[in-house]
Amino acid sequence: MWNWIQKFSSPKYFYGMSAKLMPWFAIPALVIGVYGLYLGLFVAPTDYQQGESYRIIFIHVPAAWMSLFIYMVMAISAGIGLIWQIRLADVIAAASAPIGASFTFLALVTGSLWGKPMWGTYWVWDARLTSELILLFLYFGYMALQASIEDQRQADKASGLLAIVGVVNIPIIHYSVEWWNTLHQGATVAKFDKPSMHIDMLIPLLLMALAFKLFYAAAVLVRARNEALYRDRNRRWVRELIENMNGDKL
Amino acid sequence: MNGSEFSWSEFFAMGGYAYFVWMSYGIALLVIVFNIVMPMVHRKKVIKQVKRAIRREQIQQ
Repeated sequence: MWNWIQKFSSPKYFYGMSAKLMPWFAIPALVIGVYGLYLGLFVAPTDYQQGESYRIIFIHVPAAWMSLFIYMVMAISAGIGLIWQIRLADVIAAASAPIGASFTFLALVTGSLWGKPMWGTYWVWDARLTSELILLFLYFGYMALQASIEDQRQADKASGLLAIVGVVNIPIIHYSVEWWNTLHQGATVAKFDKPSMHIDMLIPLLLMALAFKLFYAAAVLVRARNEALYRDRNRRWVRELIENMNGDKL
Repeated sequence: MNGSEFSWSEFFAMGGYAYFVWMSYGIALLVIVFNIVMPMVHRKKVIKQVKRAIRREQIQQ
């Protein structure tokens, strides 16, 4: 079992595998994303309270979900890397950070652009928005530690520890709309009873969420591939691979 | 868009929220493009770096 894990988690094996796997996520992401956009922009009815402005939801909510999901992937991978010293886990964590940061940024900006016409302000320092901003800084902190510590093992240890400690922020973000008074609306989908949303709005929202998730899977494979190459730059397999590349072939 | 006939100008107007809606979708597109282009640039950089290291070692030998 352990040998099996060692083999399949070796960066060299991953490098070859990830290239084959990537299109299986990228192509469905594109197809589902385009269909989700079509339903969201052309088919979903106008909201009786918010008019057409609510259509920001099809970007904002999937981006916000991804910001949390990617953080959990990053923290769990970093934890696996810390405990079991599996190098690929640290690679996945490091590759996830910039993607997670970009989705967190997207969630914050689209939330702001939605807040302006609905609440009359781009920003309020309430619990939901502040904790999501802290999430962005956690991603930045992870990336800064990765970039600034020369020794890769030490960098993985320090940034991994930060990622794990930062997990406390995740339930705070999720429950912030219940624990504190806020302008931000409560959950409409992730509730135990029926989601309080029109089915023609809910379907494109879930499709967009799925497309974002598939896009992340494809993007993290590509980034992790680079990361594996970079980390093993002094190892023989990378040297041989690059020596055998003709010209600037990618 | 609850009118009987579909019109593109009405579609782009987004019931008066055009700026907020299209800015959101535009920035989403930028984030997607960023996540596609950045790894491509990064990959080229890593390959160039390794190539340079190989050449340097060959000269030293």
